[in-house]
Amino acid sequence: MDIKFNMVNRTKQFFMEIGDLSYFAARFFKQAVKPPFEFKELLRQCYQVGNRSLLLVVTTGFIIGLVLTLQTRPTLIEFGAVSWMPNMVGISIVREIGPVITALICSGRIASGFGAELGSMKVTEQIDAMEVSGTNPFKYLVVTRILAATLMLPLLVIFGDLIALYGSSLVEYFKGNVSFRLYFNKVFEALSYGDLIPATIKSFFFGFVIGLTGCYKGYKTGRGTAGVGIAANTAVVMASLLLFVVDFIAVFVSDIFYEL
Amino acid sequence: METKEKIVAGVAEASGEVVIKIKGLCKSFGDNQVLKGFNMELRKGENLVVMGKSGSGKSVMIKCLVGLMSPDSGYVEVLGKDINNLDQIALDELRSDIGFLFQGSALYDSMTVRENLEFPMRRHRKKFEGITDTLPLVREALENVGLAHTMDLMPSELSGGMKRRVALARAIILKPKLILYDEPTSGLDPITSKEIIELMRSIQKKYGTSALIITHDVDCARVISERMILLVDGTNYAEGTYAELVTSQDPNVNAFFKK
Ligand SMILES: Nc1ncnc2c1ncn2[C@@H]1O[C@H](COP(=O)(O)OP(=O)(O)O)[C@@H](O)[C@H]1O
Ligand SMILES: [Mg+2]
Repeated sequence: MDIKFNMVNRTKQFFMEIGDLSYFAARFFKQAVKPPFEFKELLRQCYQVGNRSLLLVVTTGFIIGLVLTLQTRPTLIEFGAVSWMPNMVGISIVREIGPVITALICSGRIASGFGAELGSMKVTEQIDAMEVSGTNPFKYLVVTRILAATLMLPLLVIFGDLIALYGSSLVEYFKGNVSFRLYFNKVFEALSYGDLIPATIKSFFFGFVIGLTGCYKGYKTGRGTAGVGIAANTAVVMASLLLFVVDFIAVFVSDIFYEL
Repeated sequence: METKEKIVAGVAEASGEVVIKIKGLCKSFGDNQVLKGFNMELRKGENLVVMGKSGSGKSVMIKCLVGLMSPDSGYVEVLGKDINNLDQIALDELRSDIGFLFQGSALYDSMTVRENLEFPMRRHRKKFEGITDTLPLVREALENVGLAHTMDLMPSELSGGMKRRVALARAIILKPKLILYDEPTSGLDPITSKEIIELMRSIQKKYGTSALIITHDVDCARVISERMILLVDGTNYAEGTYAELVTSQDPNVNAFFKK
């Protein structure tokens, strides 16, 4: 009885949260197109997002490239297909692994950062102070952050992809005596616009989801400092979950396009 | 003596322009009825203290005055404008005439002191038509609070008392006609509190502003108030000068002044 009640409550809460988030997103679109625009703050946020995540993205990208290549090598050799390594790694990194891993790393970094920043600004009344100073805090704080995440994530993904491919080519260079030039030539031969464009579009959506959930959780932080930690934490959880939902939808949609 | 009688009787119209008028202000959060018909008037040039226990709704009341919260019912008029019937532009213009000192200073912690002070000038440029260099204004505001040397520091490098003073400088940078203080001395030691109160008085003298001070600090109220309102149970329970209230026989009033 109690469990059933709990489940019903949880489900209700979940849908209410989704509703709230959609409302927040609608507010973003409404405010984003209305002047005045906060260009300077947008640039600052873009820099912050890139600066915070670059090292992480580089490190994880490099390791993923190495590991993926090392682990698939024996199997490919068994099938006599090791020369297909660049094709296989290239396509899997660019299409799926690069965007998803980068986005997950960034959700840990960016969404939690946004959640904590906005949360503490809310709790310490800085957001109220902005409002009475005649600056629209939603525009100044939220719109710039969501835009920055949306714009920067594809760049970070491309960067992560390149580093991962570099890691993979290192393995091939040392273990298979494949030159970098040959490796990258084969990668670019294997890739078509049909791989690059959906992946890039997907990355924009990933960035949007990360920025949106981070800001949403931060902006609606409750009273008291405990709220800040909760905001940062739940922002990461929610962003990571939503990333996979978006990924599923993206793969589904691009699959339809392939068949056309 | 005559004016005092009038104040006690609540006859405001006779003694000059009314800056803030609140009538029957109600606000609740869910089942929590915080304000239940609060009335108040603040006249030009006056220092009015509203005193109430922690959690009695003082901050809620002051936030209703600048449109940070909207009341469930009641009439709120600030500087002659009905605050709940203003569009965004008119509201922002009105806000540029109001200085607000927040309870915890609320300095923007990602900006330097100078940027903090320049922030209100970003949108309220109308007030500064023709002024391109904001530095002298920032310097003047900081000199008023004795902190001109902190211009390039970050808020995290300041002590609690310095933060409060910078926040005060930020509140007066637009030369407001009215300043709202939300617990100006909370979280400060007695000596720093005294300094802040002195600053508030000197600013009032220099610029001739009206001030609404919200506090639960009796010493602060004694020094600065010309008139006081006690906020009890969501209403304006008692009204009068400090001297009148401190000698009151009412137990609810007495509770505020007992040490
Ligand atoms: N945004 C809010 N949401 C829900 N409850 C609130 C909110 N703001 C204030 N309250 C409640 O209103 C009451 C008065 O709060 P407040 O005005 O901050 O008290 P104080 O007199 O100490 O400034 C408290 O019980 C508080 O829990
Ligand atoms: Mg308060």
